[in-house]
Amino acid sequence: MEIDLKILRYDPENDKKGHWEYYKVDAEPEERILDLLHKIKWFEDGSLSFRKSCAHGVCGSDAMVVNGENMLACQVLVKEVSNPIKIEPIRGLPVVKDLIVDMEPFFDSYKKVLPYLINNDDPGDRERLQSPEDRDKFEDTTKCILCAACTTSCPVFWTAESYIGPAAIVNAHRFVMDSRDQGSKQRLEIMKDVNGAFRCRTAFNCTSACPRGIQVTKAIEDVKRETLLNN
Amino acid sequence: MKIVKHSFDGIIVGAGGAGLRAAIEAAPTMKLAVITKLYPTRSHTGAAQGGMSAALANVEEDNWNWHAFDTVKGSDYLADQPAVDILCKEAIDAVVELEHWGLPFSRLESGKIAQRRFGGHTIKEGAAPAFRACYAADRTGHMILQTLYQKCVSMGVEFFDEFQVLDIKIEDGVCKGVVAYEIATGDLHVFEARAVTFATGGFGKIFKVSSNAHSLTGDGPGMLYQKGIPLEDMEFYQFHPTGIYRLGILLSEAARGEGGILRNKDGERFMERYAPSIKDLAPRDMVSRAIATEISAGNGAGPNNDYVYLDLTHLGEEAIMKKLPDITDFVRTYVKIEPINDPIPVQPTAHYAMGGIPTDVNGRVLSDHKGGVIEGVYAAGEAACVSVHGANRLGTNSLLDIVVFGKRAGQSMVDYVSSTKASTLNESAADDLSNKINNLMEKEHTTEFSVANIRSELQDSMEENAKIFRSKETLDNQTEILANLRERYQNVTIQDKGKVFNSELLEAIELDYLLDMADTTVASALARKESRGAHSREDFPDRDDKKFMKHSFAFKNGNSVKLEYKDVELGKYEPMERKY
Repeated sequence: MEIDLKILRYDPENDKKGHWEYYKVDAEPEERILDLLHKIKWFEDGSLSFRKSCAHGVCGSDAMVVNGENMLACQVLVKEVSNPIKIEPIRGLPVVKDLIVDMEPFFDSYKKVLPYLINNDDPGDRERLQSPEDRDKFEDTTKCILCAACTTSCPVFWTAESYIGPAAIVNAHRFVMDSRDQGSKQRLEIMKDVNGAFRCRTAFNCTSACPRGIQVTKAIEDVKRETLLNN
Repeated sequence: MKIVKHSFDGIIVGAGGAGLRAAIEAAPTMKLAVITKLYPTRSHTGAAQGGMSAALANVEEDNWNWHAFDTVKGSDYLADQPAVDILCKEAIDAVVELEHWGLPFSRLESGKIAQRRFGGHTIKEGAAPAFRACYAADRTGHMILQTLYQKCVSMGVEFFDEFQVLDIKIEDGVCKGVVAYEIATGDLHVFEARAVTFATGGFGKIFKVSSNAHSLTGDGPGMLYQKGIPLEDMEFYQFHPTGIYRLGILLSEAARGEGGILRNKDGERFMERYAPSIKDLAPRDMVSRAIATEISAGNGAGPNNDYVYLDLTHLGEEAIMKKLPDITDFVRTYVKIEPINDPIPVQPTAHYAMGGIPTDVNGRVLSDHKGGVIEGVYAAGEAACVSVHGANRLGTNSLLDIVVFGKRAGQSMVDYVSSTKASTLNESAADDLSNKINNLMEKEHTTEFSVANIRSELQDSMEENAKIFRSKETLDNQTEILANLRERYQNVTIQDKGKVFNSELLEAIELDYLLDMADTTVASALARKESRGAHSREDFPDRDDKKFMKHSFAFKNGNSVKLEYKDVELGKYEPMERKY
């Protein structure tokens, strides 16, 4: 089948602002959006730029806006979206070139939540014990691949880039809810900040956008609750 | 071209599991940087699913010696046994260490790390399948990558994200540093450093159907090969039995570890005929060969009889959703079927390079087959060949390999840096790379010599001629095709002439590495006139221990490959017929 693509292009070396370019591509219904982008890049216009790596939804490189919604280009098939297909970079982060945005502010927010296990007790020679029930409390948020689909779908983040954003809160949740961790006090202080979890207005955009199916809004609510309980 | 100079003691190239583990070891005692062409968390370690083996004995009696036996037998006796002993013995502490750093392993009721069965892993030297693979659902690699990155963040390790190392400087057999291309700007960066570890991963993109990421183009092995360093055991490439039909996306062996069954078009559990005792849990080379044999005998399913089924339907929804949630998602997303109710179409997919940059057990890169080393250059992970996997790697041993030998490479960097003086490298070190890039940027673009055209012909032909079964005829044919592709590559052109995120330029340079990987794979395969592990010659169907208990070393010799051999290091396990 023939697919019409409309891609928001921007070349910082030649363009003052972004512009739409139109392409026609032959595709099978089972092909991924990423496959279409490759067909353009490899056989039509080598300058089209986008990030990609694993091509099956686990590395988090290729979040983009497809027909108005955030998704991973490698995780959505042609037959699942309506034709023509409109593709733009994710919103709220500076565009560097075509579908590539500057990820540094996103990773800076991630690092702010102390995204690592904090536990100063001597663990001994063997593993620490943890019950399956305790392990289950943060199962959902371990799935995060830091693709930024959630944070860049968040209306609060669009208007206030100082907001730490859903992805960082998901990663705080992963440790706050881990029975082995002792760093909650520090992390929840960060969550109490004016740019922390309470800026969330429960729009649920993040939950719809997550390509890993994480219940992001629920995780944010869990973190808010922990913050209040620990106050 | 703008050139920026940096000075470090140590550089790690690649930020997957091996690179990050090396960084954790080396960072506290030296000025260290990790350079990666991706963001660290995008590395392909994150795609590993099923588990990481260690004889923790959390479920049943186990012993690292049994793990070593299985690894050696799985390798078809080509692994170096002293290295395998290190791998399996140090596995236990490696898993415990990751847990201490926060890795969210799945747990048993006792609170201990959960363990599952995996192909080729047995107790008591083959008595029964072993519960040895420590896992976090079916995203163990993701959790290892995340945990190691988190540890690096907590330590303040310095990263150069989206910088691609494209040249290494070695003078008189001594490492001086590397030159990298900054992807966001097109600037070149000279990193003066006396210790450099390559942890760049594999090169599955030489084949058409692969579980590998687009980024897996053999950069480290290619870069060193072009400097005259040999590549070891390149004829041994693993095809994972269960890739999603046509796409090659990996469906973990954990699916069979949890009880999944392979069936042909008639619904027959055909592995009973190929490995009567452990059936679907036979090592990957045997299962992939069995599938290929079923398909060529006309027992494949589908309109073209070219796939088999992975059947999970008898496991029940609860077990599938609890233990195999991610692969269930992949099947729903890409095949649009429900694995709880329907069997999944699968075919073998190019998965893992047993071969690569030759190293000793401390990650030191060997300069030849006689034991020479390159001072200050190290390698670990899939890019390296220690060799612990020999002719066929067992499932779960790659995640183990990256942490055990990543750590050892990091330790070697520490030892080397503490006993040597800083190296110096000036801006002119960027000249070679700068010329290479200018040459590509200036040449006028033509479709005939486009990167994509040459690369797709490479992938299609390797798939056709050098996959699971090979013969003199297919390999001779492929040698000719590769010579032709190499000639066309000399004229390769690109359309994008920009400086910012010019990924076409990088793809052009990576294609050179891919061609090197294919050349060495085919030359080594042609010379190995026997069948062993993942290397199956239709014209030499038997293993030949008299002639080939040897590792191959492929050297670049102009545009051809020169082969040398080194004896396998044996140990307590005598080579015997490999039956399961």
